[in-house]
Amino acid sequence: MPSTQDWINDPLAVVEEMFAASQNNSNSGWETKAVEFFQDQLKERDTHTLVPSLNDVPLHYLKPNSLVKFRCLIQDMFDPEFYMGVYETVDPSTKTKVRMLRCGKYKDVTECGVDFNSRNTVTAERQTFYCVPIPGENPWVKEISSSCLTEARVVPSTSYAPSRQKRSYEEDDDMDTQPQKQREPHAGMKIPSEHHGNGDCKRQETEAPSSQTASASHLDLNFPLPGEKGPSCLVKVYEDWDRFKLNDTLEVYGILSVSPALSALADEKDASSSLLDPAESMETAEEQRVHSPPASLVPRLHMLHAKPLPHNNPLLPSAALEDNSAFLSSTLSEMASVREEILSYFTHVLLGDALAAEYLILHLISNVYSRRDVLPLGKFTLNLSGCPTVASYTERFYQIIQQLVPSSHYLAMSLQNMNQMRLVPKKDYVANRLVSGALQLARNTSLFLDETQLEQGQLDTTGVRNVTALGNLISWQKVDYDFNYHQMEFPCNINVLIASEGRSLLPSDCQIHLQPQVAPSHLEESLSSIHMHPQASSQLNKFRIYLSMARLLDYSISDEVTKSVEDDFVDMRKDDPQSISAEDLHRMLVVARLLSLSLGQTSLSRDSWLRAKHIEMLRRSRMEQHKCVNGNEP
Amino acid sequence: MSSPTSTPGGRKRGRNTNPPTPSSEDPTSPPSQRRRGQDSSTGDLMPMPTSPATDMLSPAAPQDTSLFSSPRPSVQPNEVDMSSPLMYGTPSSRVEGTPRSGVRGTPARQRPDLGSVRKAPQVDLHSDTDGAVASEPNAGQRLVIWGTDVNVGTCKEKFQRFLQRFTDPNSTEDENAGLDLNEPLYMQKLEEISVVGDPVLNVNCRHVQSFDAELYRQLICYPQEVIPTFDMAVNELFFERFPDSILEYQIQVRPYNALKTRNMRSLNPEDIDQLITISGMVIRTSQLIPEMQEGFFQCQVCAYSTRVEVDRGRIAEPAVCRNCNNTHSLALVHNRSVFSDKQMIKVQESPEDMPAGQTPHTTVVYAHNDLVDKVQPGDRVNITVVSAEYFLKLVLGTHPNSLSTVCVGIYRAVPMRVNPRQNNVKSVYKTHIDAIHFRKTDEKRLHGLDEEAEQKLFTEDRVQTLKELAAKPDVYERLSSALAPSIYEHEDIKKGILLQLFGGTRKDFSQTGRGNFRAEVNILLCGDPGTSKSQLLQYVYNLVPRGQYTSGKGSSAVGLTAYVMKDPETRQLVLQTGALVLSDNGICCIDEFDKMSDNTRSVLHEVMEQQTLSIAKAGIICQLNARTAVLAAANPVESQWNPKKTTIENIQLPHTLLSRFDLIFLMLDPQDEAYDRRLAHHLVSLYYQSEEQMEEEFLDMAVLKDYIAYARTYISPRLSEEASQALIEAYVDMRKIGSGRGMVSAYPRQLESLIRLAEAHAKVRFSEKVESIDVEEAKRLHREALKQSATDPRTGFVDISILTTGMSATARKRKEEVAQALKKLIQAKGKTPAMKYQQLLDDLRGQSETAITKELFDEALRALADEDYLTVTGKTVRLLA
Repeated sequence: MPSTQDWINDPLAVVEEMFAASQNNSNSGWETKAVEFFQDQLKERDTHTLVPSLNDVPLHYLKPNSLVKFRCLIQDMFDPEFYMGVYETVDPSTKTKVRMLRCGKYKDVTECGVDFNSRNTVTAERQTFYCVPIPGENPWVKEISSSCLTEARVVPSTSYAPSRQKRSYEEDDDMDTQPQKQREPHAGMKIPSEHHGNGDCKRQETEAPSSQTASASHLDLNFPLPGEKGPSCLVKVYEDWDRFKLNDTLEVYGILSVSPALSALADEKDASSSLLDPAESMETAEEQRVHSPPASLVPRLHMLHAKPLPHNNPLLPSAALEDNSAFLSSTLSEMASVREEILSYFTHVLLGDALAAEYLILHLISNVYSRRDVLPLGKFTLNLSGCPTVASYTERFYQIIQQLVPSSHYLAMSLQNMNQMRLVPKKDYVANRLVSGALQLARNTSLFLDETQLEQGQLDTTGVRNVTALGNLISWQKVDYDFNYHQMEFPCNINVLIASEGRSLLPSDCQIHLQPQVAPSHLEESLSSIHMHPQASSQLNKFRIYLSMARLLDYSISDEVTKSVEDDFVDMRKDDPQSISAEDLHRMLVVARLLSLSLGQTSLSRDSWLRAKHIEMLRRSRMEQHKCVNGNEP
Repeated sequence: MSSPTSTPGGRKRGRNTNPPTPSSEDPTSPPSQRRRGQDSSTGDLMPMPTSPATDMLSPAAPQDTSLFSSPRPSVQPNEVDMSSPLMYGTPSSRVEGTPRSGVRGTPARQRPDLGSVRKAPQVDLHSDTDGAVASEPNAGQRLVIWGTDVNVGTCKEKFQRFLQRFTDPNSTEDENAGLDLNEPLYMQKLEEISVVGDPVLNVNCRHVQSFDAELYRQLICYPQEVIPTFDMAVNELFFERFPDSILEYQIQVRPYNALKTRNMRSLNPEDIDQLITISGMVIRTSQLIPEMQEGFFQCQVCAYSTRVEVDRGRIAEPAVCRNCNNTHSLALVHNRSVFSDKQMIKVQESPEDMPAGQTPHTTVVYAHNDLVDKVQPGDRVNITVVSAEYFLKLVLGTHPNSLSTVCVGIYRAVPMRVNPRQNNVKSVYKTHIDAIHFRKTDEKRLHGLDEEAEQKLFTEDRVQTLKELAAKPDVYERLSSALAPSIYEHEDIKKGILLQLFGGTRKDFSQTGRGNFRAEVNILLCGDPGTSKSQLLQYVYNLVPRGQYTSGKGSSAVGLTAYVMKDPETRQLVLQTGALVLSDNGICCIDEFDKMSDNTRSVLHEVMEQQTLSIAKAGIICQLNARTAVLAAANPVESQWNPKKTTIENIQLPHTLLSRFDLIFLMLDPQDEAYDRRLAHHLVSLYYQSEEQMEEEFLDMAVLKDYIAYARTYISPRLSEEASQALIEAYVDMRKIGSGRGMVSAYPRQLESLIRLAEAHAKVRFSEKVESIDVEEAKRLHREALKQSATDPRTGFVDISILTTGMSATARKRKEEVAQALKKLIQAKGKTPAMKYQQLLDDLRGQSETAITKELFDEALRALADEDYLTVTGKTVRLLA
């Protein structure tokens, strides 16, 4: 059995060994054996932390053909490709008949002297996915996950001796190019890195790749969100690729391939060469560029094992919750108390409005858990109306959320943005790829729509289409990708939070009008005080775990409670049929569900139901007051 | 892996040759020597094989023979060396003894679609045991093409027998229209060729299979060898039969409908070099690429000329002139070289073949010669012709051929080119498909669906299930409850939508000048916000393959109809179609119908009755089909439905448009306790029941889809005598109800609606006849809808004129009465030329016993003004005359 170092540093050797061993007896199924070997190795305690991550370590520090992992989202699926699974080589120098069978699996380039006419050649099929880092992944996630891996980094970067001066220079550079928005809001938030990490050296390293890719921006890496950074990757999948879906988030373990030969081939293509080659004219230049970009920018990853990620919160154990009962029970017991803390924190953020804070919690833990024909269940889009427009309140508010959820995106609904941004992914048939849009997001991403940025003006065709797409996203949790000749519907699971002055022009599941408990004159002052609120990172981490956990819990309703809910509904209707409609009941059921989960209860209790009813009533009475706020009411 | 079909590397060996023609006239050079020579000289993928002279294995071979090409005067074939244990031959060299007088005169045409046809050696299997061999002229030995088990002679003979004998008495293919089904089918086709002169013979692989399964297997497995053999066989047969006919070039066989139909997703390495049928949608076509098939070289010194065949996309320039032995003296003469047409076509997987959550795959297809430009991407200018029909087929079900194109081709894999500077090769192949036959599905549409499609559309089992379902007495209720199970109750509305999904029978009265009768049922849902109207629409949109969903708020008139735009690439004006045209033969769901601008709504008038769209824009004048059913949802103007007002007043839609809806439903809260309880139970269970539990209760959405597709395709009910009587009675009754009270409660449009609904109900039962139960249900549903929407809130009676004229008959009567009263009042006042408006109103109020609203008074004044009795200027009323 090879040592750990071996299978991480030189996984191909392991594969080759198994391949060679299989030659003596056919039907040995060495392929499944190889995959199982790696899976078993990775299952062992903490071995997966030893594998360097493409997300954190710059590409040029990684050893080619070593095992790496990559936390990513499947952005596009290319056509399957055929490769030489097994081929025979003849030594070109001797011309003798020394034939060798070689394995072409997990490799991009063959070895010298391939005999194309050999009858032993086996053609096999593999699928390519274009993967990008999870869009909108917040800086704290990146920092924590990279700090977990400090020991792993030492292993591969044998050639890397950190040169302090050079790195810090690059870092400065990097900071300048970074858009203002991406910057961390204030120093307090940087604490986690210091807390977990071990010094400056590490931080510099993590930021190095960003400057590297920025310089190569002429190549469109097709990130869903503008201003994203990080490596994208062509993942070659060998086994049942049907189980992967577009927009799945995965942790891929695979063999890194950055052979310069791949780029060389691409360059040469550009240089024209013969027109008669049938293989040549098949692809346009654009397609070439997209499908075989230089390996130094878009490395190839030959998948050995992939783990679907139910969440991308590095603070939670990566194993499924059921398998980790100790963690589960400890957090469950704490949930109620953490809830209190987070509620008071949100109340503070929302200018003293406790009810809005309550709803904000519910929104942040909502999740589409099932679909009934076209109806997604469990979504809870919140429209927070009455947001102050002074002192860029909404932006600060977003920064708070950004600190708490693993991935999020801020979309200013300004007229210009709506008219110009590409929200819906569109198939580009010339380059044969899916051009990404801002709505191609991973599951449970928080999308923050800032409607206070909207001004009067005219929406053009794109604008109307974008607003429709947002409306569809909110109502049905789906995005219709534009395939030019037809549209294709992709279900999604995105938490949409709309901040607006009056009622939003977009539909929402629930609208709550913000009632600041602060006098308008002190508004500015208290706004600025929010962010000064010193949050210990342990506190923040507690919140982060809480929000991710609540979403992952199971939930059920007992028959007994069902009965009482039904009775309640009938009673309410009896008193005043106008007071509650079927839609209201829908919402109340969702609120009750989320409320129970937020308290760490996995089944609906009578109390939670009453409480849900109560807060709904409070909210509705507040709505009444603000009914005449604007003319958007039907 | 020993099967040669899966080792493209190994196959390359054979491609390296000779006239890629199935021509029977180049058996000049001894194929044996030729074969060997090239075999070794091109062992690897060197871009330019220096010269065949390096060949060491065939010292005796004259080097040039392989470079000569087909259309040359035929030389007597060399004696085949029968004594050699390994005997080589090409399909073309083995035609001795057949009459070829006619063949000779006709030039063969290259078949680039088969690649450079490899002239593989035939291998003697020494298998004298095989009985089939005995029939061969040069019996005793069984020769097969190298790497296959195809024996040319047997294969040819079998195919000729197939052509001569095959009959298909039950055929309904449109290609066979006008042929005598009891005569050998393909002989008739050959006759057609001799008359028409189009030397292409399309052969249905199904026929081959049913005739000779072994031949079929060979065709599928070794198309590159078998198809040229077929070509040969056909030509021999043809010129034997029609010795005098003159063709442009020799007949080529185009097999289609290979059983091995492949979803693009399931193509795998085993399919390489096999005959497959894939279906998909054309997304891009390249420009025409002239591909050199044969280079013509002339020596600059001695004017000696030579031809070089293309080999794997390359022409090997001869380095030495064989006549004068000068090196590098040969130059390519372009206009004497031979080119063939080639086009790259990108085909994309069709949307419904794909598993959810994945992106469609694309495949590159090469079309050659006359297949070039046979297909167009989406066909921009004629989008209604190609694209629309393409979608149309989808309504009918998911049939593998139901896409814009089905192409039969050979799947190929070519290794990526070697980088000359490197010894490494990128270990990925490029794959493409060479098209042998295209079949556009919409062409078939001309004659409706054929039998074949039926079999493919629904498997026998499926049809059986559907028929069983149809035989159940409560099928109507079952289906309607299966519709949008997450939406509670509203049974009648669901039934209405169900009938809309089935639609009426299409009737054509164009001969009598009335044009097409509308067969689609239009439905309007109106009601309080939050009564899951949108959800119903969304459900229908997801259920119907050709559904379109638009929102009245977001759509403009052009978005619904069509617009003209300039193509950025070609600078041509092209017509882009909107939602209504795209949903031709489907359902167009329009949400927030009331929020639509008047301008936009006006285009619906034509669509909803005539089912066409006329466009006159930027020099493009045309009429597009928009045979779409409209399912619209509207909110009341006052956000809550006002029961005291009529439908028109509540939703403020022009009555001209309203009358075009067959059914108008109100979706209101019923507000009763039992209902509430059931609703609550339904909703709560929605939230806690597991997926499986729900599925048990309801019919699968897929079954429903198939059921609808099947009924729409195969059932076209006609009115029975009894049903027509019932309809007449129903109509007369409806008219009678109104006439008693001086109102008209039905118009011919309502009769048409009734007919459509009755037909749709018959379709639900899979019945070819509309019977009285269908009429009963149509009547009931129609009455329900009328009761809900056309009830006069003042009298409580059903009054159709609310929908047709926008005003109930009572209201109109009342208006007249007031006007008369007012006139009397003015006349009573005597000769006063002008009066105060307010005073007149007060007087009238004082006089009348019923309340006179200001609106009513205004209307009365207007009525009198229309009579030229008075005019109103500001606050004064003046008498005229």
